[in-house]
Amino acid sequence: MSLKPRHRRALWIAGALALLALATVLVVSAMRKNLVFFFSPSQVLAGQAPQGRSFRVGGLVEAGSLERLPDGMTVRFTVSDTVQRVPVVYRGALPDLFREGKGVVAQGRLDAGGGPKVFVADQVLAKHDENYMPPEAARAVAAAGPQRPDEGSPHAP
Amino acid sequence: MLPELGLLALILAFALAGAQAALPLWGAQQDRPRLVALARPLAGAQSLFVTLSFAALVQAFVRNDFSVAYVAAHANSLLPLPYRVAGTWAGHEGSLLLWVEILGLWTLAVALLSRALPEATVARVLGVMGIISTGFLGFILFTSNPFARSLPAPADGLDLNPLLQDPGMVAHPPLLYMGYVGFAVAFAFAIAELIEATPGRERPPFSWTRWARPWTLAAWSFLTAGILLGSFWAYYELGWGGWWFWDAVENASFMPWLVGTALIHSLAVTGTRGSFRNWTVLLAILAFSLSLLGTFLVRSGVLSSVHAFASDPRRGLWILVFLSAVVGGSLTLYGWRAAAVGLGSRFALVSRESALLVNNVLLAAAAGTVLLGTLYPLVLDALDLGRISVGPPYFETVIVPLMLPLMLLLGVGPWLRWKQSPPQEAWRQLRWLALGAVTVATLAAVALQLSVGVALGLGASAWVISATLAHLWRQLSPPGSRGLRRLPGSQWGMVLAHLGLGVFAIGVTLVKGLETAHDLSLRPGDTARAGAYSVTFTDAQQRRGPNYIAAQARLELTREGQASPLVLRPEKRLYTVRQVPMTEAAIDRGLLRDVYVSLGEVTPDRRWIVRVQVKPFVGWIWAGAVLIALGGAAAAADRRHRRKAPEPQADSRTAGALPRPLQPA
Repeated sequence: MSLKPRHRRALWIAGALALLALATVLVVSAMRKNLVFFFSPSQVLAGQAPQGRSFRVGGLVEAGSLERLPDGMTVRFTVSDTVQRVPVVYRGALPDLFREGKGVVAQGRLDAGGGPKVFVADQVLAKHDENYMPPEAARAVAAAGPQRPDEGSPHAP
Repeated sequence: MLPELGLLALILAFALAGAQAALPLWGAQQDRPRLVALARPLAGAQSLFVTLSFAALVQAFVRNDFSVAYVAAHANSLLPLPYRVAGTWAGHEGSLLLWVEILGLWTLAVALLSRALPEATVARVLGVMGIISTGFLGFILFTSNPFARSLPAPADGLDLNPLLQDPGMVAHPPLLYMGYVGFAVAFAFAIAELIEATPGRERPPFSWTRWARPWTLAAWSFLTAGILLGSFWAYYELGWGGWWFWDAVENASFMPWLVGTALIHSLAVTGTRGSFRNWTVLLAILAFSLSLLGTFLVRSGVLSSVHAFASDPRRGLWILVFLSAVVGGSLTLYGWRAAAVGLGSRFALVSRESALLVNNVLLAAAAGTVLLGTLYPLVLDALDLGRISVGPPYFETVIVPLMLPLMLLLGVGPWLRWKQSPPQEAWRQLRWLALGAVTVATLAAVALQLSVGVALGLGASAWVISATLAHLWRQLSPPGSRGLRRLPGSQWGMVLAHLGLGVFAIGVTLVKGLETAHDLSLRPGDTARAGAYSVTFTDAQQRRGPNYIAAQARLELTREGQASPLVLRPEKRLYTVRQVPMTEAAIDRGLLRDVYVSLGEVTPDRRWIVRVQVKPFVGWIWAGAVLIALGGAAAAADRRHRRKAPEPQADSRTAGALPRPLQPA
């Protein structure tokens, strides 16, 4: 290859710019498509959560709300931020540390059908150890108001 | 008494580290040989006292000394001994002590194995490492004392988090830290180079990069092994068969790995050819900065995961200030002095240097995209702009298009000549291999009805493996044969690591593309279908472990056309001290597939949820990573790195220059 140094440098710069542009396009589009936003039950009930797009909802699993349907696979429970509650449906095994009265974050989308809103989860996340509450869940409860229950949040004063 | 001695040793180590940071650097600047000569003794003493302190903490764990608050929080008298030792680094305070302990060991190794280097350079390198030691020792002493007593002592400890009660916990953190912290050596060499470089006079190419190379390779090899072990551990311990989650903590170790990979390639270029000079310095700074950032992310509590310990804002602030000082300081020094280091020798558009430059750009871009995906949610949250999460889909979408061209290039790179390489030559040598890889991918895709993505992955892997083996073959065969035993360690390292990448990519491609999962709801005696298997749940029994009770299920999996069933016994455990349930998966490992069975919860009418997963070629992921780590080790052990004087270079432009150790001071 007998290119003049000036041309060679130009080629390098053009190549680098093209790569950079490609990388930027990739990153931005991947970000836009795959960001998952978080909403508290109050926000979901107020209609702030998107329809037909995956998002996360978090709070406490309401005591006494957990029920497994006769197929043995599907569970229903209610996520609450102590003010509002969202019913959740999930098919599959729940994480080890999933418990009523404790923090939880579910990822999925709102049921497209009419009637009361149901959140169809494809992923349920619970805390990693008994002292830890998903920060989103803690915040949802804290944001919902001062009437925070004693159970659940380890950050409670 | 022993814990107090441990604290005392830690305080002494802090003082020694301060001296190690200040005196040799000052002495080297002022040209005072007596201060310069202090570098090694101070480094040795600092390392000794840190080790004493670390040993005191291990001893407290071994002796179940629950009057030490940290021990009480992470151990229990029923906990088996290996896990009590591993408990030392199971929490915030102890894992930081492990961090400085490992930094102490690297410091000691540099002090002992640097006889061939000029004294002033050694003083600067050890001084920079002393600054890092001082920062971390201060952090431990002022915010995170592991020896604090809680009197009266509790009767028993709170036990180790059950997730951590695993052989993986014994080896994963030390290996990972060996890697993280090891990049401090390359960093220290780079800073010393920035201080010493003289503008206008480009130094011979075999100066700092030659010395820093084996250290960097060793650290990178440890980091690879640490990440691999963490992934392997998560795969069987978390119970649901994932091997990489793009969790912020995993990313924190993956980013230094990506930049470290760029660094070892760029060091090779600077060390042998003299090109990429200031780029290599920058990479060394970035690799260690990302290690520090990883420590910050994991230890400050900004992330919440298994790895995040109790958060204390003072701690986060300290690490943040230290991080900004080190990163900001070194980048400022770089901005000021990079011109003095110089760009280095030129090369043609088609040359091995160019290939390695593109490799570096792709790896750096990959690290950048991972960094963006990891920090973006934290920044949004800190600015109160909403809570978001960036999941695996983002990372997969951006990493794959960056890694595919990297793999294509990796096949070509070793065939190119340094400085200038006729493109027709490489094409003549590689066209049949390229055709072969394309054919393999197409045939596999058509015969097995694979998706385009899987076919691409397989084709790229076949290309990497065949091009690497063919290159090895050409080096071993006449004319110009070097013979198996004459082939230098760095060549072996390259071959192993590149083959490892191919094997790894096969595993990732096939697991991602062909894995299956079936959730079943079974009562004892039930049989159900899961893909190619018929699954019978024979019974569930109680079992007692040292510190847990378990329900153990017995499952028979029969594949169509096979006589004897596969018997697997997954468990649901309850760790009694903390009352924590745990899923213990049962795995039948194989060369071509793993069968992975885990138990979900049980309903009052004795129905269990059973998840049956088939993971084709999943073992190849770790086998590939082991090859990569071995490659790093082989290259680090290259005998040529340990030679005192550099080899004579064929390049006429460097032939006249004296090697540094022989230059007049």
